[in-house]
Amino acid sequence: MSTNFIIDKNGMKRYLVTIKVNGTEYTKLIKANCLLSNFLRDELELTGTKKGCEIGDCGSCTVILNGKPINSCLILALDADGAEVMTVEGLAASNELDIIQKKFLEYGAIQCGYCSAGMLMSAKALLTKNPKPTEDEIRAGISGNLCRCTGYINIIKAITAASGQEVSDSH
Amino acid sequence: MADIEMNKPSLEVHKKGKADVANYPHENNLYKQKPFTQITVSKPRIDGVAKATGSGKYCGDLKMPNMAFGKLLGSPHAHARIKSIDTSEAEKIPGVLAVITAKDVPDLKYGISPARWDENVLCIEKALFVGDKVAAVCCIDEETCYKALKAIKVDYEVLPAVLDYRHAADEDMPQIHDDYPRNINAEIHHLFGDPDKAFAEAYHVSTDIFEGQRTYQCPIEPHSAIADWKNNKLTVWSSTQSVHYFQYYIAREFGLRMGDVRVIRPLVGGGFGGKLEPTGLEFCGAVLSRMTGRPVRMFYDRAEMFAHNRGRHQGRYEISTATTKDGILLGVRANFLLDGGAYTSLGIATAYYSGGLLPLTYDFRNYEFNMIRMYTNLPACGAQRGHGAPQPKYAFESHLDNVARELGIDPIEIRKRNCRQPWTNTCNGMGIQTCYLMEALDKIEEITDWKKKKKEGLPKGRGIGMATGSFVTGAGYPIYRNDYPSSSAMIRINEDGTLATLYCNTVDIGQGSDTVTCQMAAEAMGYRYENFALVTGDTEVAPLEFGAYSSRQTAYAGWACKRAGEEIKAKILETAGFMMHLPPEDLECIDGIIFSKSRPKAPTLTFEEVAKKYFIIKGPLVGTGVYTVPRLGGYHKGAPVATSPCYSFCTQATEVEIDEETGFIEVLHAWDVHDAGTIINPALMKGQVHGAFGMGISETIWEEVVFNKDGKIMNPDVGGYRIITALDMPRFTNDLIPSTDEPATPWGLKEIGEGSNNPTMGAVRNAIYDAVGVNIPTLPLSFEKVWRAIQEKKAAEAKK
Repeated sequence: MSTNFIIDKNGMKRYLVTIKVNGTEYTKLIKANCLLSNFLRDELELTGTKKGCEIGDCGSCTVILNGKPINSCLILALDADGAEVMTVEGLAASNELDIIQKKFLEYGAIQCGYCSAGMLMSAKALLTKNPKPTEDEIRAGISGNLCRCTGYINIIKAITAASGQEVSDSH
Repeated sequence: MADIEMNKPSLEVHKKGKADVANYPHENNLYKQKPFTQITVSKPRIDGVAKATGSGKYCGDLKMPNMAFGKLLGSPHAHARIKSIDTSEAEKIPGVLAVITAKDVPDLKYGISPARWDENVLCIEKALFVGDKVAAVCCIDEETCYKALKAIKVDYEVLPAVLDYRHAADEDMPQIHDDYPRNINAEIHHLFGDPDKAFAEAYHVSTDIFEGQRTYQCPIEPHSAIADWKNNKLTVWSSTQSVHYFQYYIAREFGLRMGDVRVIRPLVGGGFGGKLEPTGLEFCGAVLSRMTGRPVRMFYDRAEMFAHNRGRHQGRYEISTATTKDGILLGVRANFLLDGGAYTSLGIATAYYSGGLLPLTYDFRNYEFNMIRMYTNLPACGAQRGHGAPQPKYAFESHLDNVARELGIDPIEIRKRNCRQPWTNTCNGMGIQTCYLMEALDKIEEITDWKKKKKEGLPKGRGIGMATGSFVTGAGYPIYRNDYPSSSAMIRINEDGTLATLYCNTVDIGQGSDTVTCQMAAEAMGYRYENFALVTGDTEVAPLEFGAYSSRQTAYAGWACKRAGEEIKAKILETAGFMMHLPPEDLECIDGIIFSKSRPKAPTLTFEEVAKKYFIIKGPLVGTGVYTVPRLGGYHKGAPVATSPCYSFCTQATEVEIDEETGFIEVLHAWDVHDAGTIINPALMKGQVHGAFGMGISETIWEEVVFNKDGKIMNPDVGGYRIITALDMPRFTNDLIPSTDEPATPWGLKEIGEGSNNPTMGAVRNAIYDAVGVNIPTLPLSFEKVWRAIQEKKAAEAKK
């Protein structure tokens, strides 16, 4: 946690944090109560990370922090000082979509799209750790991400396809 | 091939969508061999890449220069008189820009129907539910908003509240709205045929009572709106399901001309009926923007979304049927009581829908429908996916299984015996054209292996159940009274012919309307979906469309897009005729290639070449299209609700396994067979069915908005309000009864988004009954209730 801070005329502390997001280091002066989700959205304008509930229920704000999928609304930006964060904006390499993004599009895994960023990051974290997950492992891997549109079926198919495994008709 | 190759150089102008040259037949009789090139194909979503990369902007992602933030203050009491509001402390907080109460906003009441305009922008005398809006603040940031809300002092006189809709009309109950005696918001009494005679003459008469619960749409994107009111122009960005309806009501509320109000919808993160009405976010945001001179972003957090609600009504559904020995339905009586909450919202339509849609799937001629919608001091209920139909349908399908069992008839067989036939009218005046419900019943029997499972029986604890469904393909009458067409669209072709821009105000809330409107326009034009751009969700740019409700857009905007596309095509063919020295009647344009129908070897032209030539000669190449629903339905009061140009039909089945020790329900598999006509985009269609079924199963087993004794929601979060996760969704089989002959819709399409959760609750309930033989009369059919019912059954059996 950053110990570098300044105090404004009202006695409010502002902390200096440096977080590496999608490969780029950003140094910002923030309040202690700034959530990582708000840091990404408000300070860096990376609004791909969504806020659905802000209490860790819905998973819309899932990002990968030091390799692990986390709800960015449940962590202070201060606690991510020095960490490496990957958001949905970092998933595609310049103009080339990640295989998971491609399969999400191909299998109709995106409807309203509001859960998609979090869903994609959970899928990314899952496949990084477990490149050939079973259907049950895929379901468990995205069970912290709520989707109200798709009934999850096409998402499960898309992740199966992204892992290079055969997609069965009834998942 | 030679003909095609002659045109090769000009084909290179296709920047994005390349003509599929390799697959072209040797002669130019494309139109005979490939009836459709742009529809019936799973084209990728037009908004897919923006959503997959996080670059797409939802309302809450937008930032305006100098933007301020606003919040609404909700009442902590279910029913309270507002004696005074002191905002002085709040106004002193640094960063607070404005605080408003009822005196600062128009006092014109609003709602769906002029007869029942009953809601104020901010409460004037009384707050009617926990969360009812009493004040609003505008601050420089979100954090300050919450501080300001806490500093507003409201002096309430707490009044006794009406929390149980079943007793809301009782003598000693407090009155919620002065002009609605006994808290009755609406009362409906419909009588068709002679039910008394039918019930007197029937072999079998029985009655069942079921109760539904309150559920909430719970879209993952919270509502938000940005209002910017300056220079006599009010611009509102909103997460809305209808830009036009918002424009109309916002203009009406402030006495503005519609042209002075511009409504823009960015991407919308789910709606399901919950974002169809303007809220305090738009109205108060507008006032706060005018006062502060800044754009003001208003938003709900998750708990506030639950409080605002407008979700599914809970109700008590008494269903009686009179049948012959063979299970033929002679008459039906439906007595419904609905909990409407504190305001009418869209609920007057819900009330009519709840009984109006019941006669769709089964043909009975004698029908009595009585319903009362009550006011209570709970959040207002409105239109949730399947508007008014799913809970009554659940009651009817559950009852029908009971009747079948009592008569010793197979559940599918009793449904076949009463099955809706094509080209018939329902007893309440709904005109049915095509209907493949019988085929869908046959198919579900086949694909579920129903007969074998019924004959041989399933292992202990397992059961299979099914139900039918149907829904309107668009409401026959508009959401508010007006004489505008139902839908309109416009297409403009870029000067060089390489891009078609569709201007259409359909609202994509995830269902994919932005994609299918472009597909349909492309098909009608003979052009390519990949070369489409879309201008949508802006009342100032695209022409009138009423938006996403009643499963109307694909059909209604489909007609508008088709007609606009056909106008473009006619202009293209006329110009091509001039260029090719052939009569336009002899020309056809498919997939961007223009060719002669009678002279297969005549050189072809590309759409781009001809469109460019048109622009050079005549200027902008534009096509417009419009669609108006014909007058439908009978003449009784409320006859317009449930009318539609076309109805979808479906059957669903589920197989469940229940752990008798815990009541744990595992849905092992689900099947859906749909009569959905021509499928414009198969992938999107399946997604709609999965999603609707998922929502249906979630409502059947888990979801319930729970209130404490003071009318406060106990589970206003998606942890406590349990919607299904990836672990709960069963494996799923989609099937179709393909057809193209529905005459009332473009290309014979039908709705898919809402009818798909019409049968779900009944299909799950009937499977649970089949598994463990217990009837649970109240939704949700939770593990606990199932467990208790099993224990009671065992205890009763032990006694014997």
